[in-house]
Amino acid sequence: MMSVETEIRFTLNGRPVSLKVPATMKTLAMLRDRLGMTGTKYACGEGECGACTIEIDGKTVNSCLMYAVDCDGREVVTIEGLRTPEGLHPVQQAFVDHGAVQCGFCMPGMIMQARNLLANNPELTREQAQRGLEGNLCRCTGYTKVLDAVEAVAGKNTCGRATP
Amino acid sequence: MEKTANPTTKQTLIGTRVKKPDAPDKATGKTRYINDMVLPQMLIGKVLFAGRPHARIVRIDTTAAQALPGVHAVLTGQDATGLKFGFSRDNVALKDKVRCEHDEIAAVAAETEEIALRALALIEVEYEDLPGVFTPEAGAREDAPLIHDNFPGNKSLHFEFEHGDLAEAEAASDIIVDNVFRPHHVTHCCMGTSCAIADFDHNGKLTIWTQTQYPYNYKMDLAPALGINPGDIRVIQPPVGGAFGSKLDVYPYEPIAALLAKKTGRPVKVIYSREEEFKASPTRQAAIIHMRTGCTRDGVLTFRSADVLLDNGAYTSWGPTIPVIMMRTVSGHYRVPVVDFKAQAIYTNNPYAGSFRGYGNVQTTWATAQQMDMLADLVDMDPLAFHLKNAQRSGEVTPQKSFLRECALVECLEAAASASDYSRKRTEYAALRDAPGRYKKGIGLASSVHNAGGAKIHKSDGIGTILKMDDYARVTVITGASEIGQGIDAVITLIVAEELGVPLEHVTIVNNDSDVAPWDVGVHASRTTFIAGNGTRRAAQKAKAQILNAAERMLGEPTETLDLRGGQVVFERDGTPLIQLERLLRQMHFKAEPELVMVTDYYEPKSEPEGARHISDHSAAYSHAVHIAEITVDTLTGEITVDKVTAAQDVGRVINRMGLEGQVEGGLAIGLGYALSENMQIDKGMLKNACFRDYKLITAPEMPPLDLHFIESNCAEGPYGAKGISELPTIVIAPAIANALYNATGVRIFNPPMSPETVARAIHERRAQTNAGKVATPAEGLAV
Repeated sequence: MMSVETEIRFTLNGRPVSLKVPATMKTLAMLRDRLGMTGTKYACGEGECGACTIEIDGKTVNSCLMYAVDCDGREVVTIEGLRTPEGLHPVQQAFVDHGAVQCGFCMPGMIMQARNLLANNPELTREQAQRGLEGNLCRCTGYTKVLDAVEAVAGKNTCGRATP
Repeated sequence: MEKTANPTTKQTLIGTRVKKPDAPDKATGKTRYINDMVLPQMLIGKVLFAGRPHARIVRIDTTAAQALPGVHAVLTGQDATGLKFGFSRDNVALKDKVRCEHDEIAAVAAETEEIALRALALIEVEYEDLPGVFTPEAGAREDAPLIHDNFPGNKSLHFEFEHGDLAEAEAASDIIVDNVFRPHHVTHCCMGTSCAIADFDHNGKLTIWTQTQYPYNYKMDLAPALGINPGDIRVIQPPVGGAFGSKLDVYPYEPIAALLAKKTGRPVKVIYSREEEFKASPTRQAAIIHMRTGCTRDGVLTFRSADVLLDNGAYTSWGPTIPVIMMRTVSGHYRVPVVDFKAQAIYTNNPYAGSFRGYGNVQTTWATAQQMDMLADLVDMDPLAFHLKNAQRSGEVTPQKSFLRECALVECLEAAASASDYSRKRTEYAALRDAPGRYKKGIGLASSVHNAGGAKIHKSDGIGTILKMDDYARVTVITGASEIGQGIDAVITLIVAEELGVPLEHVTIVNNDSDVAPWDVGVHASRTTFIAGNGTRRAAQKAKAQILNAAERMLGEPTETLDLRGGQVVFERDGTPLIQLERLLRQMHFKAEPELVMVTDYYEPKSEPEGARHISDHSAAYSHAVHIAEITVDTLTGEITVDKVTAAQDVGRVINRMGLEGQVEGGLAIGLGYALSENMQIDKGMLKNACFRDYKLITAPEMPPLDLHFIESNCAEGPYGAKGISELPTIVIAPAIANALYNATGVRIFNPPMSPETVARAIHERRAQTNAGKVATPAEGLAV
């Protein structure tokens, strides 16, 4: 009954990874269950909440919808990859400083999306951030402090590519 | 004396912005939530749900599932026979009869989730479907099918409260509004789905890692579902992805995890998918509220009556107990001289409700706050003036004996109305109501009252605190206060730093292990900042007294001249440093008669037990909030856009301003979803929209700008004057929007949510009536 496994190679947070995954495995499951990268969260499994948001080749995706085999040859960044040797990434630090984190479960996905929006548009406005974060659900914060955090980082050009 | 240190002036942290200590780990993905936990030898448990609302189980065959390689245990109702649990002892972990769609019929523990799911598919169950009961009205009928054999008439809990002569009050009323409101089913939607991990040791002691928000009574409630002693349960609370009241009771997946662990001798983790979460986690209580409120021609309230029918669902969790709070609002939301309250819960084959932020008051305020608006309209008064006329002042006592010691309702009304320019806009928008144009603006005011100093519904509403300091002046607070994301960690840190003059980052909190931390009632009833804040402050003050006494002995300076600031012992008068705190602590520790700083405190608030008659000062404080919603209504599509919310709330005193704002903003977002879009579509007991695509939460673009006003009434019993705050924001916003909708369009919505379909239909009907020459009186006011 074991499904066919395929060997894939990709870059995860700047380091090369190779492993065998079943054809039916989603990227989220691979990250969490095979690679121990539990920063990326499961909250719906059908691309409706954004908690599993990661970056593939500079674009954010819902890792719950993407097959793990499709990571082959690509550059994958997860929330764990944003940290710099100096400490938290400026977006992470802004979320902490502005009280955007309560239970925090949606925050890895929210921060990945926010960082990507800022990387693509360093002058992101509050309204653009609201629209850009529409796919990331949060039940605790009412988004207000999330937007405060994004607004504080916008204009500071701190969100070049996450990949080291 | 330290040469380098400079004098330290006293700078209070109370009211400042303090970061949550756990935020960096959460923002970097480092935090290990319960959902992320894996233990050696751990098995995965999955549950077979009935998938039908009411049925007899004719036959159940688990042979094939048991035989599947990788399966370690399969349990059915036979394995849980007699192990009743729950508020009315009407629930059991695994059922022998189906009473609702998500009844747990069997459970599997297997080496992987994939194997567990395959095993579930191999379980054969033969059902005989029974006629169901899907509304409380149907359940109350004499010929209704019986859901529990031992609850005749499907009757669950019943509550009553009367005060004054209703007939006399009705006769004295010039205007009476009389409406039926039907608050609907919604659910918590915690981003982290429900999860429990259970493990038994060989002495028969259970360790359960759980998301519970009430670890101590949880032991008492879980034990009967397993047939063990509550003392043999250790509760560990890893970080959780939200709770909002959904984890204030034991739900079947938790004893199921434990029963599987017992059977297999291995740790077992049960975790829900999102679909399971929608179907099998508790809801907010749905209700049918027949409310009548009267007033005189000059706008003085004469009475309020409420006859409430509650859809109990299949089992009794916290949901059907909400009348305890509903009646406080009916009797205490403005000065109501005569009160008549009745509530009856009826078992149905629907999903069942737990507690949910705003517990009972969301439903009640939906009704009371709209009727306040209707009465103002009918006596031709500005609602603000009507509210002010009936508002209680400090020192007043409600008919149920809630003592409003420090009451800032008037200040809240005035602050919100003035900041939003309420009265002018209301008049202007009402005048434009029937003018041409597709988009209409409206402004609506609503308020409510809620317990803000705990709620003594248990025998105790107290908390235990242990505070210890090490040789480096690092402080550990061991407290019963649970952290579910609300930010008690920041509040405790702030209070310790305030009292002991240590840096915030030198405070560690241990609050997640029932074998270590002392008793607490749990995170509920907006109580934790109030109760745990007092407990922490008292413990810190005891530690400070011990330290200053030692300093007096060593330095020869009287304690009353000393203070702790900036990690040092200083002169109170000018901050001159005398000795570093850590050095003093080491000297205390390593001397001939050594002493360690480790203090304990048990704090029990000055409140009275709820009592069977519900006449008691059941909270140590009460608080009010006023919300003013400004909206734009698309009269063609019925879509409501909330343009701005002005919220004024009596917070007693601001402790952590950033955490306070976050609680109000987040509470408002849950209230907005309740008001506008969230709705469990339950058709004959079956949930039709068990996903975020079809169950619509508020998203970032829909969050309106907020103008928050914190009124500081300085509560004498609260820590530094603070009151509990977290539920009112969820409670007040929906009727504020409903009143704004009336202002904009002249329609009233009695059954939330105010979805585009509902609003568009109501607008269309009003137009049809107006065109037919009928006078539309949505308030249904009766001139008596």
